[in-house]
Amino acid sequence: MRQDTKMPTAEASEFEAAGALPASGGGVGVGVAVAVRGLAHSYGELRTIERLDLEVPANGVLGLVGPSGCGKSTLLELIAGLQEPSRGEVALGEGVDPDARLARCAFMPQRDLLLPWLSAIDNAALALRNRGERRGAARRRAGQLFERFGLAGFEGASPAELSGGMRQRVAFLRTLVAGKPVLALDEPFASLDAIARAEMQEWLARALGAAPRTVVLVTHDVEEALYLCDRVVVLSARPARAVAELGAPAPRAGGRDEVITDLEFVALRERALHALREGSR
Amino acid sequence: MRRWLLPGLLIAGLIGVWQLAASSGALADALDLDPILVPSPGEIAEALWENRSLIAENAWVTLQEILLGFLLGLALGLGFGFLLRPFETLRLTFYPLIVASQAIPIIVFAPVLVVWFGYGIGPKLVVVALVCFFPIAVATADGLRAVDPEAIKMLRTLDASRRQLLWRLEAPTALPFTFSGAKIGVTFAPIAAVFGEWVGANSGLGHLILQDNAQLETARVFAAAAVLSAIAIGLYGLLALAERRVVTWR
Repeated sequence: MRQDTKMPTAEASEFEAAGALPASGGGVGVGVAVAVRGLAHSYGELRTIERLDLEVPANGVLGLVGPSGCGKSTLLELIAGLQEPSRGEVALGEGVDPDARLARCAFMPQRDLLLPWLSAIDNAALALRNRGERRGAARRRAGQLFERFGLAGFEGASPAELSGGMRQRVAFLRTLVAGKPVLALDEPFASLDAIARAEMQEWLARALGAAPRTVVLVTHDVEEALYLCDRVVVLSARPARAVAELGAPAPRAGGRDEVITDLEFVALRERALHALREGSR
Repeated sequence: MRRWLLPGLLIAGLIGVWQLAASSGALADALDLDPILVPSPGEIAEALWENRSLIAENAWVTLQEILLGFLLGLALGLGFGFLLRPFETLRLTFYPLIVASQAIPIIVFAPVLVVWFGYGIGPKLVVVALVCFFPIAVATADGLRAVDPEAIKMLRTLDASRRQLLWRLEAPTALPFTFSGAKIGVTFAPIAAVFGEWVGANSGLGHLILQDNAQLETARVFAAAAVLSAIAIGLYGLLALAERRVVTWR
């Protein structure tokens, strides 16, 4: 594996420049982007989620934290339109039925799931190709983002040639290029080592700061959630319900090291951990 | 170096020992046979050279049977794997039948094929295709089942249609499996073609072997068998090469 090339410390404005990030179409620019109302879900007898209400404003970043196996990933799949609730409803903007949710939400799974038979750029351009765009045009559009994502020069690389952090960035790029108003991220950095994870968190905070998106982020890492999100909902063990809701210390502008060692942040983290422990009982 | 040199030395050594044992008459004595029935590698090579046009003619017939039969088996195997893939009930219905098709001893079945399809290439194609079909179909079906369900979800949120899922995800996932099945099939194909010829043919290496064996032309039997092995090894090599060129991600 190659050494992870460091993300160039791009100014925030660089992300916005030249239409770097595809516009998030779909008319969810204002108001509530994601609304979960009275949601319940079960697999047969197994109840995974009960009585859940959530709201994410447009361009808000919501973190969902919970113990392992609490139904976080199921919740994300419900939001993305990959599953249907047993009760209640999930609305993405105006879209309530599964196809409408699928059209409005791009899903980034826990593993990067880059297709090994495609180059990095063809992986990133998958959504464009699926919509019938020609290969050349799709590559050009996805390629515009490679430099800003610290991936310049790796367009033609096969996924096996990329480091873990780079693979994760390509996977995020693939999600972003889809141009959907809502991003559903399922433990995006769980597979990375501590150093790469910290780097990627800082990188994502900067990317979202520069080009805001509505994001639902699932993680088991309280610190990651509080650092990246505006609001964090702590879920209980299965069947999942909300046990605490915390407003994270706004602007994520500062460097990660300063933010997470800030006393307010530390206090918040302890509160979240406490709620998590209570909810796991 | 070690990959080619050591097996090469081993084969050369074995041929050398065989040559010594056969030409000195020791092998024939040990087997209590007339020396003419126990040809040495030198005699086999001589028979191959002297009968080169006869053997080439018959090898061409057998090669056609193998290639066309293999292609037929490949088409059927891929068809089974892919067409039954979206229909779980159909797949489960057909699966036992397909396994049963392999349980039919070809040697029993082949004479019936001759009655049905005559002495031409028909019965040989059926036998070869039947033998190749099974490993390809099973491997392809297994390959399609190996598709990562998480990847399907990911691609669905990236607006992939059913057909795009097939071509962008399922087919490439199954491809290395299909190659494995095809490599197994192609090594059995020459044996199947010879079987097909044995029950009724007027040309082909199997036909030649049967005739020569009856006339105690043992050296030519070995020569024809050597050509048959060369065909099997060659076809396997071609498939392995194609696999390396196509499946670059493994």
